[in-house]
Amino acid sequence: MNTFDFLLQGLAVALDPAILLYALIGVTIGTAVGVLPGIGPALTVALLLPVTYGLDPAGSLVMFAGIYYGGMYGGSTTSILLNTPGESASIVTAIEGNRMARAGRGGAALATAAIGSFVAGLLATLALAFLAPHIVKLALVFGPREYFALMVLAFVTVSAAFGDSAMKGLTSLFVGLALALIGIDGLTGQARLSYGVPQLLDGIEVTTLAVAMFAIGEALFVAANRVGADEKVHAIRGSVAMTAQDWARSWKPWLRGTAIGFPIGAMPAGGADIASFLSYGTERKLTRHPEEFGNGAIEGVAGPEAANNAAAAGTLVPLLTLGLPTTATAAIMLAGFQQFGLQPGPLLFATAPKLVWGLIASLLIANIMLLVLNLPLIRLWVKLLTIPRPWLYGGILLFATLGTIGVNPSRAELAMLMIFGVMGYLMRLHGYPIAPVVVGLILGPMAEQQLRRALAIAQGDWTTLVSTPLSAGLIGLAVLALAVPMLLRMRGRGAVLAQVAKDDD
Amino acid sequence: MSPLGPSSGRRPDGAAFVIAAILAAAGTVLIAEGARIPARGGYAGVGPGDIPVLVGWGLVALALWHVVAGLRGGRGPGRVRQDAVAILWITGGLVLQNLLLWQAGFAIASGIVFAFTAAAFGRRNFAVSLPAGILLALLVYGIFDRLLKLNLPAGPLETLVFGG
Repeated sequence: MNTFDFLLQGLAVALDPAILLYALIGVTIGTAVGVLPGIGPALTVALLLPVTYGLDPAGSLVMFAGIYYGGMYGGSTTSILLNTPGESASIVTAIEGNRMARAGRGGAALATAAIGSFVAGLLATLALAFLAPHIVKLALVFGPREYFALMVLAFVTVSAAFGDSAMKGLTSLFVGLALALIGIDGLTGQARLSYGVPQLLDGIEVTTLAVAMFAIGEALFVAANRVGADEKVHAIRGSVAMTAQDWARSWKPWLRGTAIGFPIGAMPAGGADIASFLSYGTERKLTRHPEEFGNGAIEGVAGPEAANNAAAAGTLVPLLTLGLPTTATAAIMLAGFQQFGLQPGPLLFATAPKLVWGLIASLLIANIMLLVLNLPLIRLWVKLLTIPRPWLYGGILLFATLGTIGVNPSRAELAMLMIFGVMGYLMRLHGYPIAPVVVGLILGPMAEQQLRRALAIAQGDWTTLVSTPLSAGLIGLAVLALAVPMLLRMRGRGAVLAQVAKDDD
Repeated sequence: MSPLGPSSGRRPDGAAFVIAAILAAAGTVLIAEGARIPARGGYAGVGPGDIPVLVGWGLVALALWHVVAGLRGGRGPGRVRQDAVAILWITGGLVLQNLLLWQAGFAIASGIVFAFTAAAFGRRNFAVSLPAGILLALLVYGIFDRLLKLNLPAGPLETLVFGG
């Protein structure tokens, strides 16, 4: 069977009414959290993970992917109308989008963002479907050393390649790696760093850490800084539609954004925020209206919004085919797979083709749902922005504790939730990124296993790690991804890198 | 923190030293733990104790990096004054929830989290926020405990509203 047959088979799964309902719930929640400032897709999936223990695996995963896609759509709304990005991949959108809203062109900005997201999401999901089987074939020649090299590359790109300081990114990563060591060693059963405390023997829960750092840490930070207390929502004037000229100026940026976003998401090269930033830079260079950039150029909204959606789809390529998460959201989705006893990777395509292809096909359908949710119903979502912040954050914290109370009900786990929350706040305060901690926690034990397996195969010979062209190339890329940005920063070119990075994806 | 980048003054950065100390302490703990674990590398030569040592040395190296960066000083933008009272409200709410959860039940304990968080954001009118929080928590309890089979601790309120 070829990709097309598989995709048709997947569509049959995706059109099941129950799965359609899960997809609808996912994209609705995703759009809501994308619109609300302060909660992103990573946090939302982490919050919902415990709730779905008893639910259908396929449906839950479709819902999570829907949240990821929806978050990318919804984030633009906040950027454009409030100048506060709903999630970090929409930071760039705020530059031009908010100017357009101030000039009374908010409707056109929202329309190009939504349609661009749709075009990009559709093309990128199709690209995912056609690329995935090839990566799966490639992955079959991967041994432990190649996986280890790939993970090292992911570690570097998540922590050190972007952001204002490699030191801070690496520190976050190592905090995650250290936390990952707590508990029972997967290969020998040796207890590590648990000091006889039963809660520690189980290790640190990914969801506890992610919810604490993203939700509680963020709430503490916003409360302590009183940031954004006096922002004003720009009402949408006129209809959410585009003129013929808007269309003419938008369609190329959409396609270019897709072409930039998908590969960046698909390679372990960082998440959607980097893609949207690069797309903005490209549009700025190629535009025929350079005078409009900085004052509300529609290309500056169309390109980045397409790019961040394409990157979200691209992120699913390494996640599904290799089991390799490259963003915080993907890391938590991996935890979601593991919760149902599924290990993403080449094997999953053989053992559960219905689930994988059903998931991919659902994303195509989710995209159509999102277009409907975001164009005609946009005014409804804007109402969410009028929720007073005390109530909004009160609700977020209530939900943040809900998952822990429901699944790991113990005083120790709740105390951990608070401690990691305070830690997340302090890290934010001092400019340390959060995503590397989460990625380190989930990828750390996997990297350790692959490393020890590779060394066992080579009887302890460390040169085995660079003994094939593939693994040597990947390690070489990781070294470059660490060294080049550091050189750039030393030569005073760090500003660009600093703008790209954010603590969430 | 780019050493040659634009720097606002050359004062040593105090926070960097505190962070360095924490990282060094954590690194030492990992190295000590790794040394305690019996070496059972097998064919790999790398056993369960060796990775903590590796990560531990990584943390120590990062601590040294922080010391160097701290001595060079010159932070970026100055830090905004932090509202300590807001932090106490939120953490206080979480501690109270942890203490009360198994006696008072989910709704009351989580209502406190809601009201205390609202207080951190300036809404100190507990006559409104506390009942609102408890009502929201009761709704959440109804959906997640009764419909989605999540096991949430029940107190007098939950028993009263939803039955035993």
